[in-house]
Amino acid sequence: MDPLHQFQINPILQIVIAGYDVSFTNSAFFMVVAVALIYALLVFGMSGRALVPGRLQSLAEIFYEFVANMVRDNAGHDARPYFPFVFAIFMFVLFGNLVGMIPFTFTFTSHIIVTFTLAATVFVFVTVLALMKHGLHFFSFFMPHGAPLALAPILIPIEVISYLMRPVSLSIRLFANMMAGHTMLKVFAGFTVMMISGLGAVGFLAGLVPLAINIALTGFEFLVAFLQAYVFSILTCLYIRDALELH
Amino acid sequence: MPNLLAKRRLVRWSGAAGASLATLTVLAGNVLAAAAEHAPEAAHGGEHAAGGLPQLNPATFPTQIFWLALTFITLYYLLSKKALPRVAEVLEERQERISRDLSKAASLKEEAEAAMAQVDQSLAGARSEAQALIAQVAAEIDANNHARQAQLNAENAERLRSAEANIATAKEQAVANVRAISADIARDVAGRLAGLNVDAAQADAAVAAVIEERRS
Repeated sequence: MDPLHQFQINPILQIVIAGYDVSFTNSAFFMVVAVALIYALLVFGMSGRALVPGRLQSLAEIFYEFVANMVRDNAGHDARPYFPFVFAIFMFVLFGNLVGMIPFTFTFTSHIIVTFTLAATVFVFVTVLALMKHGLHFFSFFMPHGAPLALAPILIPIEVISYLMRPVSLSIRLFANMMAGHTMLKVFAGFTVMMISGLGAVGFLAGLVPLAINIALTGFEFLVAFLQAYVFSILTCLYIRDALELH
Repeated sequence: MPNLLAKRRLVRWSGAAGASLATLTVLAGNVLAAAAEHAPEAAHGGEHAAGGLPQLNPATFPTQIFWLALTFITLYYLLSKKALPRVAEVLEERQERISRDLSKAASLKEEAEAAMAQVDQSLAGARSEAQALIAQVAAEIDANNHARQAQLNAENAERLRSAEANIATAKEQAVANVRAISADIARDVAGRLAGLNVDAAQADAAVAAVIEERRS
């Protein structure tokens, strides 16, 4: 009955490397599942190499063109080399979210450490990219163009903090959305069970209300699953643009 | 760029909504968990001794980071080296095929247009040639007609003149015959009535005088 029980990490295979517990867990299993699904979709989908695509090939091409357009529109033409990175992020988050929608699976994107590691990867990647491209000139990013010099003592700390907060907001947004959605589903399902066990025959009727809400929430969760993957990768694109153009 | 602004707004909104939803549901979840723990049948309450959110249990961090890194690097490698180039190849092939077909269609269209222009040109040439021929033939016919008409006119005039001449001689002859007969009749009448024997010359003169008289 505990709505947070679904977030429990359960080891499947105990592994310890250099004193760290890196057991193969339910979370790790669904990460592998997501990667396998993405790779299978792209490889089997494109295996026909048809001029007029079938269903699976269409799906693979739609994902490809969707992310390619997103990178081109939001990160610019110079960002073409980073397309595989954005594509990997989008697909990994999207499939993590969607696989988590199947009952009895585990949503690895509902763990802050996972989303934070992903966001930190984006953050480090973007910062290294900007430093490699612009050198020390990169630090002019923290002083907005055309702002009076007198405001620098206020503006620079604000800009630095907002830059450093990027991985935090990026990771908490995804984690919070996924965890909130899944908890809500479990809470409303719990209401139905409580009503049935507590109210007997009347409970079967009353239990229909949270059940109906749960059905609507499930549809909403599919939207959130897609939207959060989209938001995560579009922000990655915008950060790449900032790194390439420094405003 | 209003599009970009809208996207940023969407991002901010979804972040705020997600955060508030999370707070709400964590609260609700804690209430429910507490209720479950207080319930007498909550036997598995001690299962998670760490309590609170499983997400905040640092003991599970190393395994998650390790497997995330492993799977994500694998995914990136597979995508960038194998899957994505294949998709790009198929898409490029299709784009190439489409543009090739399009350019082929354009060249065919050009050819057809050139042929059409040629047809138009030869049609116009044939038409003007035909018109010239018609005009020439019409002129010829016209000239012919004129010549025939003139000839006919001349012939008619000639025939008229000869006919008139014939009529004139016939008339003269008739008049001469009438005179001779009149003279004969006059001599005969004179001989019978008066018993005068008038010679031919006299009778003739007399008739001539009478004709002259009547005529005036």
